[in-house]
Amino acid sequence: MAAIFTGAPPNSGPGYSFTQTPAPTSASEPRQHAFYPYTDNGGSTLGISSSTFTILAGDTRSTSGYNINTRYAPKLFHIDSADPSSRLVLSVVGFAADGEALAERLDTVVKMYRYQHGKTISVGAAAQRLSHVLYGKRFFPYYVHAILGGLDEEGKGALYSYDPVGSYEREQCRAAGAAASLIMPFLDNQVNYKNQYMAGSGVGHELQQRDPRPLERKEVEELVRDAFTSAVERHIEVGDGLQMMVITKEGVEEVYRELKKD
Amino acid sequence: MPGFDFSNHNRNAALHAQGVPLPKATSTGTTIVGCLYDGGVVIAADTRATSGPIVADKNCEKLHYISPQIWCAGAGTAADTEFTTALISSNLELHALSTGRAPRVVTCMTLLKQHLFRYQGHIGAYLVVAGVDPTGAHLFTVHAHGSTDKLPYVTMGSGSLAAMSVFETSWKRSLSRDDAVKLCADAIQAGIFNDLGSGSNVDVAKTTLMRNYITPNVREKKQRNYRFERGTTAVLAEKVIKREEISKYVTVHELGEEGVAGAAEKMDVDP
Repeated sequence: MAAIFTGAPPNSGPGYSFTQTPAPTSASEPRQHAFYPYTDNGGSTLGISSSTFTILAGDTRSTSGYNINTRYAPKLFHIDSADPSSRLVLSVVGFAADGEALAERLDTVVKMYRYQHGKTISVGAAAQRLSHVLYGKRFFPYYVHAILGGLDEEGKGALYSYDPVGSYEREQCRAAGAAASLIMPFLDNQVNYKNQYMAGSGVGHELQQRDPRPLERKEVEELVRDAFTSAVERHIEVGDGLQMMVITKEGVEEVYRELKKD
Repeated sequence: MPGFDFSNHNRNAALHAQGVPLPKATSTGTTIVGCLYDGGVVIAADTRATSGPIVADKNCEKLHYISPQIWCAGAGTAADTEFTTALISSNLELHALSTGRAPRVVTCMTLLKQHLFRYQGHIGAYLVVAGVDPTGAHLFTVHAHGSTDKLPYVTMGSGSLAAMSVFETSWKRSLSRDDAVKLCADAIQAGIFNDLGSGSNVDVAKTTLMRNYITPNVREKKQRNYRFERGTTAVLAEKVIKREEISKYVTVHELGEEGVAGAAEKMDVDP
């Protein structure tokens, strides 16, 4: 009689202190793995390149669910900062642990290139290498949306954006992360002048598109700030601080600004 | 048989083994609090409304009127808190009229719990009921399944843990009205800043509503001007309907600068 009322779970099978539903007991049925190695740490990043510089930016909040892990977790990494001629910055958003691991991998790779070839890697070569690093983990990906910024061989701003498994493209601007869907249309409109026409340039379909031009550094910094202050208003995972890195031929300049903390 | 009975545990373990999931607590994306003080009661709420990770409303009202001396703070499904409080407010008014007495807070709480229990938790309203009646000042919480609590200080919603930590460190048995308002506002701010589901401003109600009592999250001024030059948007077809023409089918009202539109709550927009 006493045995019926023992608090202990049955001896066979797993203990019932797990929150997950236990696997079916019959051996014939397939079993589902309960281990999920990824988490979404929220946040957003963006990059804009112009004729003489590239700006990368990201908020510094790290979240899990409705909780804030920290108000300062940088998403921007200066690659091979030991090299004074390094002009590479990597921004990563998504799963923060993978982001840091990826930045560390790329940092090592870029250093190895410098040691072996006795020169700084070009941004184009680094971009392709990063693609290979990502595809190298095709079936256990780095769960991040990466953006790589730098200056090309002509001294023009260069910006490359990636999907988690290494598909990449050179672009003028890109927003990534939680608020990407809020920021990207703003960037399309204000950087590439999408959906903007020149007043009085024609009637109906003859109307001329407003031509994009290379933006000034001040303009871009203002656009970045406005993009983030607006994203903070409408996305709960974006906030606390704004980290910006400005890449020019003089070097990499870091700017930090406070954002709303609610 | 003496001692504890664990037969329910064994039953639950057996159900769990067959794949029945544990009951899941739903997050509500809100901070609401209430606190009794010497001779009265205060409730407060944040003003953020969310749908998933997107902020749906930056300045919504979560403090609901029940009767002149009773107010209710709501967390959970927005529509459920809105309609449940409106229904009970209406019934309480009729009750007050037929009895000729001021409605009591316990009556309001009982009406709410009976309504919510009947719907077995499908009405997702989590409420803090507070007010003053001839029997004194009272504070209750009502959960969606119909359970209630009567406590000197309460918190609910996803920011309830952050808010409760403030009460647990600072609450005293004897508080002045201003102290109680400050304590509730602090508890809400703990939710606003530490819970992503809560944000924006603090609303407080004593017997009157103090809308936007604290606004710690004022929108930052834009760096640039985003006004487009006239003609920027492509127009493929244009048709003008004159007022004389349309007034054949509908009634047309002339709106002043601050006319009928001013009745709706103003939203801060860029110049």
